[in-house]
Formats: sequence, structure tokens, C-alpha cells
Amino acid sequence: MGGRLSGCPTIEVSVGRKGRAKAKGRGRVKRNLRVPFSSIRTLFAERDKTFLRGLTRPVRWGGFCPNSTMVSANTELTYNSKIEGDVIVSRADSVINWIRSNSMWPMPMGLACCAIELMATAASRFDIARFGAEVMRFSPKQSDVMIVAGTVTYKMSSALRRIYDQMSEPKWVIAMGACASTGGMYRSYAVLQGVDRIVPVDVYVSGCPPRPEALLDALIKLQEKVKREPSASKLLSA
Amino acid sequence: MPAGLDAVTALKGKWASVTDRASLDHPAINVPAPDLLAVLGSLKQDHRFDMLVDISGVDWADRSKPRFTVVYHVFSTATHEYVRVAADCADDAAPEVPSATGLWPGADWHEREAFDMFGIRFTGHPDLRRILMWDGYPHFPLRKDFPLAGIETVLPDAEVVAETKTGAIAAPMMGGPFVAAPGQLNMSEAEPRAKDESWTERRPKPDV
Repeated sequence: MGGRLSGCPTIEVSVGRKGRAKAKGRGRVKRNLRVPFSSIRTLFAERDKTFLRGLTRPVRWGGFCPNSTMVSANTELTYNSKIEGDVIVSRADSVINWIRSNSMWPMPMGLACCAIELMATAASRFDIARFGAEVMRFSPKQSDVMIVAGTVTYKMSSALRRIYDQMSEPKWVIAMGACASTGGMYRSYAVLQGVDRIVPVDVYVSGCPPRPEALLDALIKLQEKVKREPSASKLLSA
Repeated sequence: MPAGLDAVTALKGKWASVTDRASLDHPAINVPAPDLLAVLGSLKQDHRFDMLVDISGVDWADRSKPRFTVVYHVFSTATHEYVRVAADCADDAAPEVPSATGLWPGADWHEREAFDMFGIRFTGHPDLRRILMWDGYPHFPLRKDFPLAGIETVLPDAEVVAETKTGAIAAPMMGGPFVAAPGQLNMSEAEPRAKDESWTERRPKPDV
């Protein structure tokens, strides 16, 4: 198995089949997890247990959990348990990015009326939980994506940058609405002319304020962006 | 006779320095700054104008003398009437009036805002700091000589400035501000970005 690690970083996960476990009447499914790099192992903490639970139904990589709410199915790699046994081989990037993109906890930086639309996005009608981003965290240390919703004044900008600095890597920023993106209609002495002057922005959303669908679209775009990131090599070089 | 006019007449009788002020709505008086607190106190105690509604500053622009005026609106919860009191600041360079916080604690933040925006000092104020702009901001934004777009200024947090290498800038006005009388200017046509998003002040709009 070690020989496979020579090329790009891989994760090997072997799991028992759910059916067999049930037949033997055991409560838990037996799993062996081999994680070659200590830095990657840290990824498999806490919330990533969900990921492992998903592996008990190995059908197709990226779509092995048919009822999941994945935005786009990755059909690049297929898996046939009858041929290959209870082992899934995949690129570390796709595993890490899949985990990251489907569980982005927002830091709701609500500063003006856009925050109302942000709240609507989180409420039942639009339900941001469909995209794994329902856990709004007011603690920057627990959040992944800062949604800057509203007018950023110069007085607030320092606090905003500080909160961004306190967020742990990896982190992303969505500039929601005209004010956060460019200063909007406030071309004045008091308003920061675009939040990208103090923090790096991944997705801009137009609108004043944007509809909740627009914010969801931004989240999906950000997920697509995260899925293209070279996460494993970044982690190894860090 | 309405209580407001009564009060104004009584105040004019008591203080020779109190004069009528032109007004289209409520009774209004001019009071020199030294008598201001006594007049406001008399309005509150003797004439039952017990509620301070607002305090605002006026900048009559550079060439005017006096340049700064502070305007008070007081309201009577007994007779439901307003009286307007205006006090000119004697010194144009360092405008100053006595603070009304001793009479109405609610004057505190009004005066801080007038100080923040106009630089009018309220002597005797317990805590005269800026309230909207950050501490250390060097300008008074609502003065007539201050441009709407703002003036380039260093941000308050030195660490953030070092990290982001940015500061408060003069906002790009893109040909604005667009102030129009009704029916004269179509705002969606006047707003440059509505026509063409490709140009900015750094990259001028190409001739069509």
C-alpha cells in the first residue's frame, strides 16, 4: 500500500460493509483508516466523522452517497467494491475539498440591510443548510467563510480585518451586495470603498441588497472554487 | 396667546440680549453664547419646555461672520409646542458654546455629534469625544470646506494599516454627486455606472 504514496498524496480508507455488520449484529461498523500524513490526519477530526459514515456505502466516488445533497457529482473516479474490495483510493485534494466545500460555516458579518437578506437565506424558505452552511458562527475561530453583508465604514473596517485575522485557515470571504463590494452608493468620507481593500474577497455578489438566491449562488460558486484548490500540497508545504 | 410666544416675550423682557429670529414655523430666538444656559434653564424651569429634542450645528461657510451657529429645539410636554433657540459662536477658528448637559443629560450625545461633525466645542461637557468618526480623525466632515468624498486619512488601527497598507481615501465621485430637482434629471441616466461599467477615474471613459 505504501508504494502508492510515491506520487501524489493519497488517502486509503478501508471499511466494513454495512450489511455484514448488521448481519453479525454489531453496533458499529469496523473501519480501518490509514492516513499517511500527519497533517492530513488532523482533517479527520470531529465533523469529518460524517464523511467516514458516508463511506459505508461504497458505490461511486463523489456520488457514493446517492441521497446526499452534493452540488455536482464527480464521475471521474468510479469504484466497484466487488472488484476492488473495501478500499477506496482517491486523490487527497478531492477528499479534502469535498469535506471543506460541503461544510462551510459562515461568519455572519452583518453590517446593514444585506444582513436581513442573509438571515432570510438562513431561514426556512431559502434554507442555506441545503449547502452545508447553516451553522452561523459568531466566533471567528469556528468559522470558514466570512459573509460581509452590508456597508463597511472606515470605523468598522479595522474590526472587520481583526475578525478576519482571527479566523483560522482555511478561510474565504464573500462580499455581499454593492456596499461590501465597492462602497455602493456611499461615495463618502465615512465608507470603505470596497471590502477588498482590507481583506481578500473570493466571491462578489451584486445587488442592493441581493436576493437570497444570489447569496446561495455565491456560496455554490465558492464551493466550486474550493473544489479546485490544491489543498493537499498547501497543507504539506505549510 | 400660545405658550411658545409667551415664553419668547418673557425671555426677551428678562434678557436684553435675546432677539427674535426669523422662523417659518415655531417661535425662535437668538441668544448670545454667554446667556445661553440661563435662557435654556429658564425655558425649562419657568416655561415648562422640559424636553430637549435636538442640538445641531450650522456652518454658514468660510466668509460668513459668525461662521458657526448651534441650534436647539426644546419641546413642552405640557403644551405640546416647540421653541427654537440659536446661539452664534463668537470665535470662528475655535467655535465654542456652553454645554447643556447640566440641564438635560440627553444633550450629551447630541453635543458629541455636533463636535464630531463641526468641531464646535461644548465647554463643561463631561466627555467630549468624537461619536461617529474614530478618535484621532483629523477633520470635521460636515464643515463646508470639507469635500463630500473625504480626505485621505490614516486608519485608526496601526496594525491593520501595516497589514493592509490601506487608509481612508477620497471616494471616487465618478462625476457625481448627482443632485437633481424633480423632473430635471433621470437618475438612471445620470449615474455613470448605469451606462457603462468599464470606466473609472483612473481609466477614463473612451469616446464613443
